[in-house]
Amino acid sequence: MIKGTPVLELRGITRRFGPVQALRGADFILREGSVHALLGENGAGKTTLMHIAFGMLAPEPGGVIRVGGREVQVRSPRDARALGIGMVHQHFTSVGAMTVGENIALATGRLGRRAGASGTVLTRLREGLDDRDVVETLSVSLRQRLEIVKALEAGAGILLLDEPTAVLAPAEIEELLTLIQRFAAEGGAVVLITHKLDEVFAAADHVTVLRHGAVTLDAPLVGQSHTTLAAAMLGRATGIVRRPGRATARTTEDPVIRFEDATIRPIAHRGPGLQGVNLAVRPGELVGIAAVEGNGQRELMLGLAGLLPLATGRREAQEPVVLVPEDRTTEALIPGFTLTENVVLGSGPAAPWTRGWRIDWAEARRRTATLLTAHDVRAPGPETEARQLSGGNQQKLVLARALESRPSVLLVENPTRGLDLAATAAVHDRLRQASADGIAVVVYSSDLDEVLALGCDRLLVVCRGLVAELPPQTPRAAVGDAMLRGVTPA
Amino acid sequence: MTAGVLRERLLVSAAALGLGAVGLALVLLVLGQDPAAAFRALWNGAFGSWYAMTSATLVRATPLIVLGLGFSLALRAGALNIGMEGQFLVGAIAATWAGLQFGQAAGPLAVPIVFAAALIAGALWVTIPVLLKVRFGVLEVISTLLLNFVAESLVSLMVQGPLQEVKGVYPQSDLVPAATRLPVLPGTRLHLGFVLAILLAFALHATYSRTAWGFRLKAVGASPQAAWISGRIASARMFSVALLLSGALAGLGGGLEISGVTYALFQNLSPGYGFTAIAVALLARGHPLGIILTGLLFGALEAGAGAMQREAGIPAVAVAIVQAAIIVVVLLADVVARRRAALEVLPEPEEQAA
Repeated sequence: MIKGTPVLELRGITRRFGPVQALRGADFILREGSVHALLGENGAGKTTLMHIAFGMLAPEPGGVIRVGGREVQVRSPRDARALGIGMVHQHFTSVGAMTVGENIALATGRLGRRAGASGTVLTRLREGLDDRDVVETLSVSLRQRLEIVKALEAGAGILLLDEPTAVLAPAEIEELLTLIQRFAAEGGAVVLITHKLDEVFAAADHVTVLRHGAVTLDAPLVGQSHTTLAAAMLGRATGIVRRPGRATARTTEDPVIRFEDATIRPIAHRGPGLQGVNLAVRPGELVGIAAVEGNGQRELMLGLAGLLPLATGRREAQEPVVLVPEDRTTEALIPGFTLTENVVLGSGPAAPWTRGWRIDWAEARRRTATLLTAHDVRAPGPETEARQLSGGNQQKLVLARALESRPSVLLVENPTRGLDLAATAAVHDRLRQASADGIAVVVYSSDLDEVLALGCDRLLVVCRGLVAELPPQTPRAAVGDAMLRGVTPA
Repeated sequence: MTAGVLRERLLVSAAALGLGAVGLALVLLVLGQDPAAAFRALWNGAFGSWYAMTSATLVRATPLIVLGLGFSLALRAGALNIGMEGQFLVGAIAATWAGLQFGQAAGPLAVPIVFAAALIAGALWVTIPVLLKVRFGVLEVISTLLLNFVAESLVSLMVQGPLQEVKGVYPQSDLVPAATRLPVLPGTRLHLGFVLAILLAFALHATYSRTAWGFRLKAVGASPQAAWISGRIASARMFSVALLLSGALAGLGGGLEISGVTYALFQNLSPGYGFTAIAVALLARGHPLGIILTGLLFGALEAGAGAMQREAGIPAVAVAIVQAAIIVVVLLADVVARRRAALEVLPEPEEQAA
């Protein structure tokens, strides 16, 4: 495929958020006429890189941005627009109560349509979009289309699309990809962030893969396969490490939690939900779940926890089933509450400080203080507010609270997201210990490395709402393949 | 709450009150009035005599405390009940109706029946916003506020229609029978409802601070998502129950006014108690015992305002300057305190070790 001249160059881009290194000297070159796929796991740095190109974040010193061969400073989205860069974000940015025309005027800063060079694609995109329609009455696919129209009306020749197909149905995705290719053919340039390899092969001509903030692959799409892309996204380690010397005697015991043909509707109407899943976990098993974000694993975990109703099927569990949710500050803890209050919140009605309908707060404080010492949570005391703790200590507290309620089943989502190495190791040790103590432990992580590093007894992959079990010795590349391409249910 | 925090809050409140007084004085000076005379009248009207204290200040403080407690209950679960004025009025309508209907025959049960009617009416009135919120996501701020106007019109309708006095002259109801009236402290207008309001405040305080239910309420208000996922609390139901109870309390406030003060229903029964009570609750940061104090303060200001108008000829609304200044200063102090607290994150020991 013939490549044009570079229109957008990002060189040596580095960016840190607190303890998290989001980008480590990433290079990215977008050429004229190209649909350039940007791939990577969640947290790999894709969106951060594009936010830097769009002026929403500043790169750290040393990073260089060139547009049309000229070095530029992009200090704000306004600067980016002036340079002909348009971005379509993961979430809609139109004002629902206003009309299509008004939203376009907001984006472009002027009234009236554009009659520019990219007219043909724009005309196609605007089909079905009446200037007088109120945005919140539009279908999801039309709203998505409006986002692109806004960028093009503002004069963008470079389009940055952040997971534009996440909310679309298959036919709509196909149409969108066709339009994107046409826009490129007419002289534009497109960056397409996605998780879906099929879309990459359908629409892109060049691919860049990020992993932990660094570029692991940058090549024309010709010559790539699902396997090479998966390897670049997920790393090259092989096989699943089984913990040495672990007895498997427990597998004769009855399961403590079981899903039979469980179907769960997607949360907030996004993604596939869960579609007829069978699963049973026995005491002491450590089960790893690998999945790319948005494939139904959230529904699986919340469903196992008993927090979501099943549309069909059955859940049987030996309570207490305790969930350690993904987001520490909005789901696991209440940041403005004291540690004692947070422990009380997550400990259920059978906690030792419950006196009928009363809570014995003195007892709760005593127990929390003991908990802090026993689980090495570094905090001044039980009356400290949770938001004052570091992420690692917050997670230790959440785990301590979960274990203290003597669960039969411990469900954990992304246990070490945002934690540093020491904290990560401490959390992993605790999870292994829990399973050795006879608790059924189910861990989901969006980072395949983490699932493998834990040394699970069993490995499950969730893809498009289905769950499949892979044999323990499955090579890593095959796991990546299953995560991205789909699975046949067990 | 630590002693330091308490002292700081009291300081802020005192500063707010002082600032409000200075503001009022300045406005009076500009208008060519004598601030000294105005403040004397204000003081005398609120605290000048045993009668002023009991019959003006405490009588006005009673509905403010009850409604302030109602607001705090909803607020704790994250709901903003701006419709207490309306719930107060329908509570008063129901109390009047129940009093006239059953007051004679019910004997010692007359007062409980009247109160039950007021509680139920207040809860029913807020049921509409609750259903709208749960079914369609309509913001309770708007729906409760708008129902205030409906309730006001309903009072007009009642006193010119079904509940109008038998003589049919004035737009007001007949007096409710003696059995439905609350006992009064001899020589004053202070009724038993004041004691009830204080008891209610202590009961709510105990509920908030000691019971599992009170804790769940607070968790839902602080983070519905965490309350659901980590606390397994049905957040939407908790929210609804809190709003219903808040409405019931506001309705009870209306019932207390009928059987303790006016003994009859008429238009303009409430001088905006439902709105002033929001300030009463916010000023106390929703703390039930604090609401007793702020309720007394606002009761005194309202009582004094009346006297100021009578004795010094200054419009009673001038006191609104003091009330507004208090609210602004206290809310600002809260913002400052939150900003400061947000900066206090502990150092991370593991990071240095890693």
